[in-house]
Amino acid sequence: MKRILATSILSLALATTAYAEPVKIGVITTLSGGGAGLGIDMRDAFALAMKQSGNKDIELVVEDDAQKPEIAVQLAEKMIQSDKVDLLTGIIWSNLAMAVVPNTVAQDIIYLSPNAGPSALAGANCNANYFNVAYQNDNFHEAMGQYANKDYRKSFILAPNYPAGKDALTGFKRFYKGELAGEVYTQVGQTDYAAEIAQIRDSGADSVFFFLPGGMGISFMKQYAQSGIATPVMGPGFSFDQDVLGAIGDAALGVKNSATWSKDLDNEANKKFVEAFKTEYKRLPSIYAAQSWDTANLILAALSKASVKDKDAFRAALKAADFQSVRGTFVFNNNNHPIQNVYVREVVKEDGVLTNKIVATAFEDHKDAYADECKM
Amino acid sequence: MAACPCAEYGTTALSTALLIEQLLNGLQLGVMLFLMAAGLTLIFGVMGLINLAHGSLYMIGAFACAVTASATGSFWLGLIASLIAAAAAGAIVEVVVIRRLYDRDHLDQVLATFALILIFSEGSRWFFGSFPLYLDIPAALQGAVPLPGGGRYQLYRLAIIGVGIAVALGLYLLISRTRLGMRIRAGESDREMIAALGIDIQSLYTIVFALGAALAGLAGALVGALQSVQVGMGEPVLILAFVVIVIGGIGSIKGALTGAILVGLIDTMGRFLLPKTLALILPASQAGMIGGALASMLIYIVMALILAFRPRGLFAA
Repeated sequence: MKRILATSILSLALATTAYAEPVKIGVITTLSGGGAGLGIDMRDAFALAMKQSGNKDIELVVEDDAQKPEIAVQLAEKMIQSDKVDLLTGIIWSNLAMAVVPNTVAQDIIYLSPNAGPSALAGANCNANYFNVAYQNDNFHEAMGQYANKDYRKSFILAPNYPAGKDALTGFKRFYKGELAGEVYTQVGQTDYAAEIAQIRDSGADSVFFFLPGGMGISFMKQYAQSGIATPVMGPGFSFDQDVLGAIGDAALGVKNSATWSKDLDNEANKKFVEAFKTEYKRLPSIYAAQSWDTANLILAALSKASVKDKDAFRAALKAADFQSVRGTFVFNNNNHPIQNVYVREVVKEDGVLTNKIVATAFEDHKDAYADECKM
Repeated sequence: MAACPCAEYGTTALSTALLIEQLLNGLQLGVMLFLMAAGLTLIFGVMGLINLAHGSLYMIGAFACAVTASATGSFWLGLIASLIAAAAAGAIVEVVVIRRLYDRDHLDQVLATFALILIFSEGSRWFFGSFPLYLDIPAALQGAVPLPGGGRYQLYRLAIIGVGIAVALGLYLLISRTRLGMRIRAGESDREMIAALGIDIQSLYTIVFALGAALAGLAGALVGALQSVQVGMGEPVLILAFVVIVIGGIGSIKGALTGAILVGLIDTMGRFLLPKTLALILPASQAGMIGGALASMLIYIVMALILAFRPRGLFAA
């Protein structure tokens, strides 16, 4: 007993020394262009978590990737070579993550994903330096596919033609048992969906599942609501999150969407997070903010256990995920992707503001489909 | 994956209702592109200027409409505000920046107007933030109307088609029947000569620029109610508008109209028919992916073909 006590005191002492050395974190995220709302929520939540921790030794290097893969790659190189960052994080979009992550982890730099979990990085190409704190891309869509089985037999599915879009529809189809009324891939950044909506009308579908993040989803929902089609829509939480609901307006009311987080999720860490974010920024947080907050707190927890310079110890400390997640219990799977619940939410109006509330749990302790291919 | 229960949907016959709806969609996209391309081509035709910032004027129109509509509750006031704001922004930009560029070569113009894009984008982000603004369709134009063949079509899109046709007619009358139009035509054919004849070329340029800007602002406001009003919304449309004027012949309003309708129809029909056709020979999900990718290239392929046979566009000015 005494020895255990002694070791824990010793490790506590070590932990405080580890705390004292400066740590540099590179944050590459989207702060300009159409996708900026997502990156700004990511950055704000991350900075707020760091500020609240009171840890003065952490330095953030924040840069804007403008949602362009080539810029993200340049920024990553600059941060690794000249800023000498210890950790990288921040990327929102899967195509940017695909451009940056493999090269970063190959240089033995740890990358933590606060969003985006392309399937290519979750399976055979998993890496000890790559931690996904958010989700594997398929997860939200798998949950919606599972939930759709309850009421629907003939869904029309729609996503943009890029890695996350393909992951989305693959994920939906993995659990959905009914037939498909149509499967359409649109252009990334497309703003007019008249041609697709006409096909939905003609297809005789009993439901529509779509994944269109950011401005794309806003356009689609507004146009869909005006088209006179009564077929119910559903989608992953991204299309109905706090960053876009205001712009969609009442057209979103009642829509079911899937997510691993919601602001009404009942746990202490989440209540604290939602309050802190609202007080600091005078708006409600989005999923991106929540995931980013978790990423920051995971890093802080790991830093209190191990030095970031001791890669093996630090990786082990990250993998232990010994922090209070706003999503409740947080555990990493063998491929460093989370094992977590996925909920179904419904868009509601609270005090005149559109937001979400949880109405069902689609999966408990859900693992992604690629973990088995990962040799870690 | 197990055997797909979904093999059939790609092969269903086309219904008339769907075809009519898609044709209208193509027409609506074309009309919207025309509003953008008309200003662009007019400015190029009269002043020989390549204005990359035309997309920013479109964005200004949308923002002005969204802000006014949310302040006053009236979309129509917003529409007027969008015209005024975009025309004013256009006039100011012309006087302050563009005027210095007429004698420079196109590269300088591209650089300067590209800088304007960045200034307008970051300026709007500074004022309005990065989150999209809300702008809804006015109550009178909500909903859908029945189409022949049993389909339904969104009323607001029909209204956009109407506005586009009215603008095309108005521009035609303006250019062929009025004194201002005569000067614009004169400016297009010989700039030095009309200056020598004592016409105040500077104010003519400002008026033409403001007119082009107002059309872009109108397009932005009309489309803003359908899509999301956000920073950077103008650039994708700008690229399409350039395709339109290259196809139509740079400087020609008639070319802009033809090119715009052509691009609108080809883009819409391609997006809808290519995946359907490919589904006859490929599994549905692959047909969707490949068809979608091909459809997004289609207008550029058409542009390349037209340029190969008619290097100066369909209606060279």
